[in-house]
Amino acid sequence: MRPPEALGHVAEEKPSAVELEPPPPGVPKSPRAIVWARRRRSASRIWRMYRRNKMGMAGLFILAFFIVVAAAAPLIAGEEALKATCECNGAPFSPPSWEFPFGTDNFGRSVLALTVWGSRISLTVGLLATVISMVIGSTIGIVAGYYGRWPETILMRLTDWFLVIPFLPLAIVLASILGQSMSVIILVIGVTSWPSDARIVRAQVLSVKTRPYVERAQALGASPWHLITRHILPNVGPLILANTILLIAIAILSETTLAFLGLGDPLTISWGRVLEFAFNAGAAGSGQWWWLLPPGLAIVFVVLAFTMCGFALDEIVNPKLRRR
Amino acid sequence: MRRYLIGKIAQAFLTVVFVIAFNFFLFRIVPGDPAALLLRGTSAFNPDNVEQLRQDLGLDKSLPVQFLVYVKDTATLNFGESFFGRGAPVIEVISDNVWPTVLLVGTSTIASAVLGLIIGIYGGWKRGSKFDVGSLGFTLFVYAMPEFWFGILVLMAFAGGVGPFPAIFPTGGYESAASDLTGLAHLVDVLNHLVLPFSVLTIAYLGQYSLIMRNSLIDVMNDDFVQTARAKGVREKHVLWRHVVPNALLPTLTLTLLSLGFVFAGAITVEYVFSYPGLGSLTVQAIDGNDYPLLQGLFLLFSVAVIVANLVADILYSYLDPRVRAG
Amino acid sequence: MSLLSVRDLNVTYRTQGGPVPAVRGVSFDIEKGEVLGLAGESGCGKSTVVNAILRLVPRGTDVNGGILLNGEDVLGMKPGRLRAVRWTQASVVFQGAMHALNPVQRIGDQIAEAIVIHGRAGEREALVRVGGLLEQVGLPPRSLEHYPHELSGGQKQRVMIAMALACSPDLVIADEPTTALDVMVQAQVLQLLKALQRELGLAMLFITHDLSVLVEVSDRLAIMYAGKIVEEGDSRAVFDAPKHPYSQALAAAFPTIGDDRFRHKPSGLGGDPPDPQAIPSGCPFHPRCPLVFDACPTIVPELYQAGAGRRAACLLVEGALVDAPGTAE
Repeated sequence: MRPPEALGHVAEEKPSAVELEPPPPGVPKSPRAIVWARRRRSASRIWRMYRRNKMGMAGLFILAFFIVVAAAAPLIAGEEALKATCECNGAPFSPPSWEFPFGTDNFGRSVLALTVWGSRISLTVGLLATVISMVIGSTIGIVAGYYGRWPETILMRLTDWFLVIPFLPLAIVLASILGQSMSVIILVIGVTSWPSDARIVRAQVLSVKTRPYVERAQALGASPWHLITRHILPNVGPLILANTILLIAIAILSETTLAFLGLGDPLTISWGRVLEFAFNAGAAGSGQWWWLLPPGLAIVFVVLAFTMCGFALDEIVNPKLRRR
Repeated sequence: MRRYLIGKIAQAFLTVVFVIAFNFFLFRIVPGDPAALLLRGTSAFNPDNVEQLRQDLGLDKSLPVQFLVYVKDTATLNFGESFFGRGAPVIEVISDNVWPTVLLVGTSTIASAVLGLIIGIYGGWKRGSKFDVGSLGFTLFVYAMPEFWFGILVLMAFAGGVGPFPAIFPTGGYESAASDLTGLAHLVDVLNHLVLPFSVLTIAYLGQYSLIMRNSLIDVMNDDFVQTARAKGVREKHVLWRHVVPNALLPTLTLTLLSLGFVFAGAITVEYVFSYPGLGSLTVQAIDGNDYPLLQGLFLLFSVAVIVANLVADILYSYLDPRVRAG
Repeated sequence: MSLLSVRDLNVTYRTQGGPVPAVRGVSFDIEKGEVLGLAGESGCGKSTVVNAILRLVPRGTDVNGGILLNGEDVLGMKPGRLRAVRWTQASVVFQGAMHALNPVQRIGDQIAEAIVIHGRAGEREALVRVGGLLEQVGLPPRSLEHYPHELSGGQKQRVMIAMALACSPDLVIADEPTTALDVMVQAQVLQLLKALQRELGLAMLFITHDLSVLVEVSDRLAIMYAGKIVEEGDSRAVFDAPKHPYSQALAAAFPTIGDDRFRHKPSGLGGDPPDPQAIPSGCPFHPRCPLVFDACPTIVPELYQAGAGRRAACLLVEGALVDAPGTAE
């Protein structure tokens, strides 16, 4: 049984010197179409396997819930509820009630409103930071894996360095010098989380580089760009996706921690900042659990959701993890 | 073997040099005047002071010279002066606060590792059992939880007392303030204050260790030599502890030591939550006060600690694995 | 009473994709001192048979049938008895000595472990015996101090053999002992096994996919396909004049230099062995069989008598005898 890849690539490399009869209906017309049809099939296969994974589906549902909540924030609580001076606010430090299901904070603001609006910031930061780290990591991984020798050594040393350095102290130093704003936080997290993607990508590049069809393509004069986009990226894609989802979870946790320590953007409300306020206002000592639980639980569930999705996907696409 | 070790040590040293260089360039690459940056937000911020600081820091000299001076300073443990206590040397401020952190991180890492390994071994060996699924679920949940949030909840429950929870532990600190306890009484007092932060850190990280061990164990369990041992008539208990675990332990050991970086991150926030006067709380105070020299010194210290831990892990591994020892 | 008596053995694995019937009704006997060869392609179930004999199959696997070792029912043994029987009455020389040895334990200790846990000797004396065993397989006694990675493939295989002999078993099961080795080393290991078998009067169950090896080593031969035995009999007879089309194909795949039969005919069988979860109807071999006829997809052949001490599971056997490969029926 020949692997489908070989089939697709053999077709790609055949020079179209001979005039072929028009293919029968239903058969893809060109090599590119064959490749894309195969990719669609493999994507739907992955999706079908994913659907069977209970953990993955549970994660997906939780995620969907939070995305809906974040998008529908204005419908749940008006944005003015975030202001300390809003007339809609209630008595400060009050426990949950019908009017304020999650109670109120030190300004009398509804903790429910804070939690719901906070989801926007936390999710956004998590997503953007991870995108940055994915781009940086993939690029470095591809360059290192493809070109080898000096670039590889230098880049891999850099990667190792970033991996060894403890994240929080590094992030703290960077954030405190660069200032407190959302973009700084996103940048800091993105710039410190790329090593895992870089490693995965490089390993994949190395394994794909030596496959026969790549050598054949090179012999036929394929450019690095062609090889990278047509051969390497599709192979590496699913693995990066799984890893990236896990990274989003970590990014959200990182943002929360940085915000809690006072390095967050003073102009935005994120879950970490709500916890920062709560702690600084002595909520722990005063037993104000309604202020502390919702943002924390929200973090836990969102991170859990991303992690479960990431694990489920990893189980499917990572050849090393297939159960014997 | 010796070449392997020398190589690893050289690598570690190089990494430390990178960190130092990083620290150096951090200020210089930020647009604007480093001296102004240092004084920004403090009461001493005025043109004269800034100029004085520039001269003190040697910022008027050329870059390579500055770098050499910086390296020399670092080598002599001169990290500049903290903004604390009106200019106490950073190195002093740090060393004054080291011990509580060593105590906290040391004890909780050991407890975490031992508990985590045992849970991981049993979970992996009885893969799919209730224990395994339960411990995996627990691990996942704790992983998703910010340690400081967990710490706050614990603080609220057991120190502040809320709902059904009793307030039986102190709300923070290393020891009771204004006390002259000595000897055993002092030890008990310290331990009393240690319990909550210790528990939080231990629970927060044992999941990671258990997961690493579990996966390592499952990998090894499927190896052929396990089948050989069973065929020989070795009882299951011994198959686990004499054949599987020694093989599974090796990679776990390294990975465990490599996790130290995360433990430090946790220590920073947990110490802050429990007002535990160690390097963690110091870091947060430095953030609040924009105390850059102190922050840099702390960053260097944390990094070196993790680098050294990695090095120790490598060396230990090479001694324990006969395949590496021989080569 | 046979040393090992297997009756109607069925082994079904539980997997995520459903049950996999790897062995479907296998029966054979091995007498004391006799060597039975078991041949077949990958996936035919031969390794499963090996694992089933000493109950080394993964938990949850369905094993039924009768396995009598020295008259005792293996499948009904309590765990303690099973552990005592393992290695002392029957031992296994595993394939791919690559990973069959514990990488972090010295080989001397690994062999000694077998001796010690069965109470044959104390730890110190066990090591002395290990030295003797190593000599028996042609290795210097000093090598007991080595770790597996310090040995070559052939040396490791010898270690496995020495280990298998540690408790003087009556039956040694060799599961593809020469598969992972170079041809020269293969020959040496085979010679060793033959010599030891003769010297010690061992009974052996020799598993391999390499038919020519089996002819050298075994008295009788059984050929497996899709979880069943399709032919059995005296090894020389089966190899020279196979009755089942599959055996014919297997035998033809190993050309003998000088034998006219192989001169002009290309050999090798097209297609792949069937997926255990999708076994063809009737005779499982019929999709690949060059002699297939209309009854084949409908009737499941039994092992029919095909001469003295020979049986073959092919419908062609019932009728006239089948001649050399290629002749029409």
